[in-house]
Amino acid sequence: MDFPDDLRYTREHEWARRKGRNVVVGITEYAQDQLGDVVYLELPDVGDAVKRGESFGVVESTKAVSELFAPVSGKVVEVNDPLSDAPEAVNEDPYEEGWMIVIEPSDPGELETLMDARAYQAFVEEQE
Amino acid sequence: MALRTPLYETHRKAGARLVEFAGFDMPVQYAGLLAEHEAVRTRVGLFDVSHMGEVVFRGPGALASLNRLFTNDLGRVVDGQAQYGCLCREDGGIVDDVVVYRRAADDLLVCVNAANRRKDFEWLAARAGRDVGVADESDAWAQLALQGPLAAQLLQRLTNANLSALRSYRFAKGEVAGVPCLVARTGYTGEDGMEIFSPSGEAVRIWEEIMEAGRHEKVAACGLGARDSLRLEMAYRLYGVDMDDRTTPLEAGLGWVVKLDKGDFVGREALVRQKEQGVARKLVGFVLTEPGIARHGYPALQEGRPVGEVTSGTRSPTLATSIGLAYLPPALAAEGSTFAVDIRGRPVSARVVKTPFYTRSR
Repeated sequence: MDFPDDLRYTREHEWARRKGRNVVVGITEYAQDQLGDVVYLELPDVGDAVKRGESFGVVESTKAVSELFAPVSGKVVEVNDPLSDAPEAVNEDPYEEGWMIVIEPSDPGELETLMDARAYQAFVEEQE
Repeated sequence: MALRTPLYETHRKAGARLVEFAGFDMPVQYAGLLAEHEAVRTRVGLFDVSHMGEVVFRGPGALASLNRLFTNDLGRVVDGQAQYGCLCREDGGIVDDVVVYRRAADDLLVCVNAANRRKDFEWLAARAGRDVGVADESDAWAQLALQGPLAAQLLQRLTNANLSALRSYRFAKGEVAGVPCLVARTGYTGEDGMEIFSPSGEAVRIWEEIMEAGRHEKVAACGLGARDSLRLEMAYRLYGVDMDDRTTPLEAGLGWVVKLDKGDFVGREALVRQKEQGVARKLVGFVLTEPGIARHGYPALQEGRPVGEVTSGTRSPTLATSIGLAYLPPALAAEGSTFAVDIRGRPVSARVVKTPFYTRSR
């Protein structure tokens, strides 16, 4: 299982990647594996406010419905619209093609308070 | 601890994801639900369904006795034929939906839902009457379902049963991989296929031989996830999800397996009355006409008010639309009528459609 070094992680299995001043958000390989085939996504609109630890959307797999939790607070500046027609990208390429939203963070330092790759990997291994 | 089928270790070693279902540790998926679903629709898939129960009626009174406890009419099937129907309570509530395999008038095998094994056996045994013995043989039998357009071609290489002569809902004795089995042309997927009843101790061998021989057809090991999406595309009901002992076959859209004119059976009086008075709700198929997925328990709305409930819902892998089953008042149950499904507080438009959702090309 892949835990890219350049990402930060939440306990709810979202990843966050710094991109300039903004933060790209998706779900981890572990999360997609647990969910099974992703078939539907509810994502926010550009301009919506999101708050750290609160739900910003929903991912539905053939098995279950799961909420998506924002890793940082801020404003949604970009949404991966192609995912609505091709949600399988979340399974196939969770860290690249499967990204979900880009947040302009209200506190740029917030990202650093999330788990790094090693801490997240240990966290996942604990869950197993 | 959960029960295990004889194939538990086989599933575990093959890397299946196991979940508890009806008290059993069962594989929910192998490679992935969508891939398994597609394999069954286009090629062939193999399922372990050994969690299903088998109750056997034997003796001179077997046929008459079971027919009094069953809504369909076992007098209309011949030896070697299977029939689907319900066991009902006096008040018409469904105890279980089952398939009866008529081996002979004095030897009938009832295939019951896993979660209902004990309940059904006790219910049947208590009402069986004279000249019949009722036995729970669930632990003695394993069941494999080989389903898909290439199922017969694959299985024929491993069995001496003549599958080309075996019509739908017929079954025959035959050896599979050298093991004496019952091979039935039945299933829960809407594709052609066979269900193989074997002695529990031989199930691993049969599974392995089918998987090995099936390389040629690219047979897929399948889990309960694909079994559920396949059955829902056919609008096959699932006991405990789409119906239970508080719903009647008439409400559940199973009137076609209720033979009110066959003579008396448990539940008949209540069902006659309900048929005269009309049902208050009906299970229908629907599609969502806006994005979303309906799930079990979501309310059905009409003008913002709850009027019914979704019992099953998924995104249909074959049709690429959102499908489901819901109980609705008869006035809203006609094909083409529209309502909304309350998806976590958001009303999403739905339309009643004809079922099955999927029809195989023949």
